[in-house]
Amino acid sequence: MTPSPTPLTPPPAAPVHEHPLNVPLPYDLKPRAAKAIGDIRLQQFVGSATKAKDHGRRDGFRDVFGDRYDSLRTLAGDIKQHTLDHLDWYLERFIDNAARAGVQIHYAIDANEANAITLEIARRNQCRLCVKSKSMVTEETGLVPALEAIGVETVETDLGEFILQLDHDAPSHIVTPMIHKDRTAVGRAFTRELGVPYTDDPATLAAIARAHLREKYRHADLGISGANFLIAQTGSIVLCTNEGNGRFCTSAPRIHIAIAGIEKLIPATEHLAVMLKMLARSSTAQPITCYTHMITGPRREDEHDGPDQVHLILLDNGRTEILRKETRELLRCIRCGACLNACPVYRRIGGHSYGAVYSGPIGAAITPLLKGLHNFPDLPHATSLCGACFEACPVKIDLPKQFIMLRKKMVEQGITDLRTRAVYRLWGLMLRWGWTYRASSWVQRRVLRLLARRGDSRRVMPPTAGLAPPAKVRADPFEDNAWLSHAPGPLGEWTKERDFPTPTARSFRDWWKDRGGEQAEVRGGQREGNGDTR
Amino acid sequence: MKVSLFITCLGDSYFPRAGIATVKVLERLGCEVDFPAAQTCCGQPMHNNGFAPEARALATRMIRVFEMSKFVVTPSGSCAAMIRDCYPHMFEPPHNAALFKQAQSLAARTFEFSEFLVNVLKVDLAAMNMRWHGRTTYHYSCHLRGLGITDEAVRLLKTINGLEFIPLENAHECCGFGGTFATKYQQISSAMVRDKAAAIKASGAETVVSSESGCTMNIAGACRRAGHTVGFKSLPEIIAEAMGLMPFTDSPRVPGVSA
Repeated sequence: MTPSPTPLTPPPAAPVHEHPLNVPLPYDLKPRAAKAIGDIRLQQFVGSATKAKDHGRRDGFRDVFGDRYDSLRTLAGDIKQHTLDHLDWYLERFIDNAARAGVQIHYAIDANEANAITLEIARRNQCRLCVKSKSMVTEETGLVPALEAIGVETVETDLGEFILQLDHDAPSHIVTPMIHKDRTAVGRAFTRELGVPYTDDPATLAAIARAHLREKYRHADLGISGANFLIAQTGSIVLCTNEGNGRFCTSAPRIHIAIAGIEKLIPATEHLAVMLKMLARSSTAQPITCYTHMITGPRREDEHDGPDQVHLILLDNGRTEILRKETRELLRCIRCGACLNACPVYRRIGGHSYGAVYSGPIGAAITPLLKGLHNFPDLPHATSLCGACFEACPVKIDLPKQFIMLRKKMVEQGITDLRTRAVYRLWGLMLRWGWTYRASSWVQRRVLRLLARRGDSRRVMPPTAGLAPPAKVRADPFEDNAWLSHAPGPLGEWTKERDFPTPTARSFRDWWKDRGGEQAEVRGGQREGNGDTR
Repeated sequence: MKVSLFITCLGDSYFPRAGIATVKVLERLGCEVDFPAAQTCCGQPMHNNGFAPEARALATRMIRVFEMSKFVVTPSGSCAAMIRDCYPHMFEPPHNAALFKQAQSLAARTFEFSEFLVNVLKVDLAAMNMRWHGRTTYHYSCHLRGLGITDEAVRLLKTINGLEFIPLENAHECCGFGGTFATKYQQISSAMVRDKAAAIKASGAETVVSSESGCTMNIAGACRRAGHTVGFKSLPEIIAEAMGLMPFTDSPRVPGVSA
């Protein structure tokens, strides 16, 4: 095992671009979300792409695994959970086996250290041109600007990431980074940056990118990748890609640096078989990715291709904090993006609204843990807790439970503001005793129905609105909700874009009482029908 | 069979007819229904927003109120899910060990209306010759997922003669209610419910059946604002009407406002 290069020189500060993920803290999600909701093109791109993938995932799993889909998810979740529960042991095994295969292992406690190690390797080997495969973890550490700052030209080779790099944009989806753009944006970027005539024909665009990137691969002396899995048993780094760029990046240049979060471990190759079944189907509805690459050490004596050096940087960057028991399951994540595709909120606000590298439900749960709850107080709350993410997750991460847990932490840590805390405490008290419940229901009914009866000055209401039900319907006091189109207080938010019903004239309790229910209770349920039913 | 009704706080004040229908249908099916009047709210708003002590206080109350009930049935999926999925976790040791046991016991005795009919009573509604008429669709509430409820309500609806069932596009997508989410993140929530209302309009259904008062509030409010004239009924109501236990109301309950 090779020790980390020391002493570590701190990387130069990343140049400040107008980058979508450079957000002021604490991050306010609402303005960006509102902008995204109003952006018809974004709604169209993100909506159709995520829906297609989500349906494809369901269909793909159903066709092949039928009812066993759920037990497969349990198995995959158990594999990851087991590895995390014994992470120290598997890490040691992995490190021993990888080192034996000739991989140089480094440890980075945080993003700065990971970048510093990478830069040090680049410097030592006099690297000038870096080709990079898609890796969320390098987005997390901000590696590309750090490399460019020391004069290493760094080219993203994943087609989506390549276009984002040309546009100085950031990925908005874990798997399909330019989900927020369409091919016309690609055409424009190519014309502007590569000087080619404008086209939006996908085949031509792909050919342009291919020709451009081939030149880069030919001259690159450094290849950087992430890792989808690390296999403890063999010390292998597993990469799953569709474009073949990952294979090029890790075999053409003389140096390969892989950067991986410590949670990427799985015990053995037999477990990889399960994870591969889950990964591509969950993320892009493919049975398997086009390229599945297992890298076990650098080029050997008798091999033609491959790098002279393989480095692996094992990154913590807040992960051991998440490893504590209550949040540990979040580290099972294999970054398939299924939760993003399934999420009705992500679908409407897009990835950049999350204000951080990891978006969607999984991002909303881990970003506050990696970067501080007080910095991202909206993320655990901006979800209806519908559970579509949990249902889609191939490793069964109970994300709604995690969001509730984070909300609880916010209350406990005093991040939740005083007013909200007062409201919930009062609400809790109102529901705590029979008489307070009845009194508050009474007030609610009286006030809201009075407001509805007064009607609404700002909105023209037909005569049937307000209290009066349509003439055909008997005014049943148990279903005569009136409707408010401008409600007071926090309900005013509700009525900005939809109406709010008032309580009915009489409650269920009233009906039960009329029926003699209270006496029946006293008599221990010896009740006779009172003719109310016909 | 003795059954206790958990009406839920929204059901009690906003949609009492759903509770009335639940009582009538259960009685018709031979259950003896009681209504423990001391019940208030399951504590879901507090629990979901991270106010654990407040939620535990309400859960404790619910556990006590329904201590003697053999079965607890509720016309709300999310309140059933709260009791079933969350109560036991809320009292996990080192909290009160006795309450933990009672929470588990209550969880095991609590059922959402449709699953109680299909999975516990195992009634053959098809044999009851129910009759209704109209084009009807069904909104699947998210919290039914946690309960393991899939197509129970749709199966029940399909046993009703004269009811034309129309599947809803993206039926499994959240309507955007999410409790306080609807007011806290109004714009996101509204965007979600607008799509739901549009899907309902596109389906051509005259009546939407739902197992959840929260969803109904939200979707009906959005349909009304958008001017879609469509009726909303809870599953128990439609069954009670089809059984002839309640007057059949064929006029939409939520007339669209022509703004």
